[in-house]
Amino acid sequence: MAARAMWKGVLRVADERVPVKLYSAVQDRAVHFRLLHDEDHVPVRQRLVEPESERIVEYAETQRAFLTPERDLVAVRPEELEELAPEPSRDIEVLRFVPTGAIDHRWYERPYFLGPDGKAGELAALVAAMRETGREGIARWVMRKKAYRGALRATGDGVPMLVTLRSAEEVIVASELGAPQGKPLDEREIAMAQQLLSILEAPFEAEQYKDEYRERVLELVQAKAEGKTVRHARPRKHRIEPDLAKALRESLEAERRRA
Amino acid sequence: MADERENGEDLEQLDGGGARSLWSGSITFGLLSLAVDLFPAVRTEALPLKLVDSSLRPLTRRYMCPEHDRFLSRDEIVRGYELDDGEFVVVTDEELESLAPEKSRAIDLRKFVDIAEIDPMYFKRSYFLTPAEDEANRAYRLLAETMERSGRAGIATFVMRGKEYLVALLAENGVLRAETLRFREEIRSAEDVGLPLEAEPAAADVERFRRAIGALAADDVDRALLRDERIERLRALIDDKLARGVDVEKAPEAEEAEDEAEIIDLMEVLKRRLQPEQREAAPAARRSAGAERRETAGTRDGGDDLESRSKSELYERAKALNVPGRSKMDKDELVRALREAGG
Repeated sequence: MAARAMWKGVLRVADERVPVKLYSAVQDRAVHFRLLHDEDHVPVRQRLVEPESERIVEYAETQRAFLTPERDLVAVRPEELEELAPEPSRDIEVLRFVPTGAIDHRWYERPYFLGPDGKAGELAALVAAMRETGREGIARWVMRKKAYRGALRATGDGVPMLVTLRSAEEVIVASELGAPQGKPLDEREIAMAQQLLSILEAPFEAEQYKDEYRERVLELVQAKAEGKTVRHARPRKHRIEPDLAKALRESLEAERRRA
Repeated sequence: MADERENGEDLEQLDGGGARSLWSGSITFGLLSLAVDLFPAVRTEALPLKLVDSSLRPLTRRYMCPEHDRFLSRDEIVRGYELDDGEFVVVTDEELESLAPEKSRAIDLRKFVDIAEIDPMYFKRSYFLTPAEDEANRAYRLLAETMERSGRAGIATFVMRGKEYLVALLAENGVLRAETLRFREEIRSAEDVGLPLEAEPAAADVERFRRAIGALAADDVDRALLRDERIERLRALIDDKLARGVDVEKAPEAEEAEDEAEIIDLMEVLKRRLQPEQREAAPAARRSAGAERRETAGTRDGGDDLESRSKSELYERAKALNVPGRSKMDKDELVRALREAGG
């Protein structure tokens, strides 16, 4: 069963134009809860309130404001926000092609599959050219009044994808933060920790991990709906050794016995 | 994009987001354990705009019961799962935690991988981990140093507020970061959407695209390409209004209207948590929620001056001590109730 495309656009690579369709590559599997009033189990309604007067304000009467560190509020009017919105367009413009792997994982946000809108040969040719050159693209486009940046790449099977990227302003970089400080670490402890880590090294296999908890939540809900009581698992005792060097030594011994 | 619910949305629903710790627990590595707090590493908005009324008075979100036609306190709100017949099954936080008690408390590192092996489509969201107490400092630094030298990421699953997460834990510049990953079952296959289509590219077309790629080739990612121009224009607009004094109003005192954590920038909170000794002057956000809870359980916190604490801190303590009616209390009432409760 073919899924419905969520958006159509035109990939522009230098002077080349390739009409494409976007399909979401992810599906939401989360168990959603509603917030209820405990007394009558009626779903609550969220209202906007001016706290001083407790007056309810309808959304249509609201505007936006930026709060400065000096606690000045600067109003931004709806028409001003409208003006900031990007120009609508169908173009997905590829700005650069960088070596595959040059885009750091922290920028990735959400993947989309690309399918041809019309003839399939052009898109297949672009994928083949990307593979041959070992490069992936950085593209920008405007979708539903919002500007996006995305990585243009291909899956292992050669299906083209756009993975949206976060903006530079959103991502907090660790180097700006400053690491915890303290007395120098003991090199012997680091060596032991490295040995322990290397024993636990393995390839990443996505199939190994299942959201088992989700099933348990659904079972809990089902059991409660049927009026059954649910038996709770008691936490297993996980032994903790507060002395760092001792913890590492004993962990290493335990892992070696296991291996 | 709007059709996926951000995983933060559910979690932060009741707490209003802001720069608060989303989870407190521990990282275990063999027999080693360290208490940590988890914070978002991504700002929800680079220039957050507040909702205000026509007279520029800040608005807050309150929950209301449409039947009773009145506002509800946090204590009066429960979570319910909707059955097919429209009835709700109420589920408590304790029940959700008891479904996976170990995973609710610890990120247990049992596997280390090369992060470059993980396909970009698995990455979901980024978080920072900060040491939750002084005792965790050494183990935190040891783990960060070890992981950074090896260049490997630890893989684990853990449970945070009613949802299981797959995470890759990695160290960068001495700071531990957790990247949540999608489960395999959250990712569609290309066949699911009816791709790929059988198409043999013509050699001439491939050659054309090779030339097009060559024309746009660069060695690495220029961060400037990832700048959000809308934010830059919004910043310019705000700066201009401030300079001219147009559409500017003094904000009311923060006391009742908002939580301290919402005002303080996420960046500032993270810096204080990572380097508390350098930031003694800022006590409000210095200690972790985790440490706070342990203290209120009646150990270290003797003659602490409750009056000097912010309302949000007092509220958190009241929550940890299960003080009834806390959400309706003002600051003085919270202080009194906490004294009575021995906190």
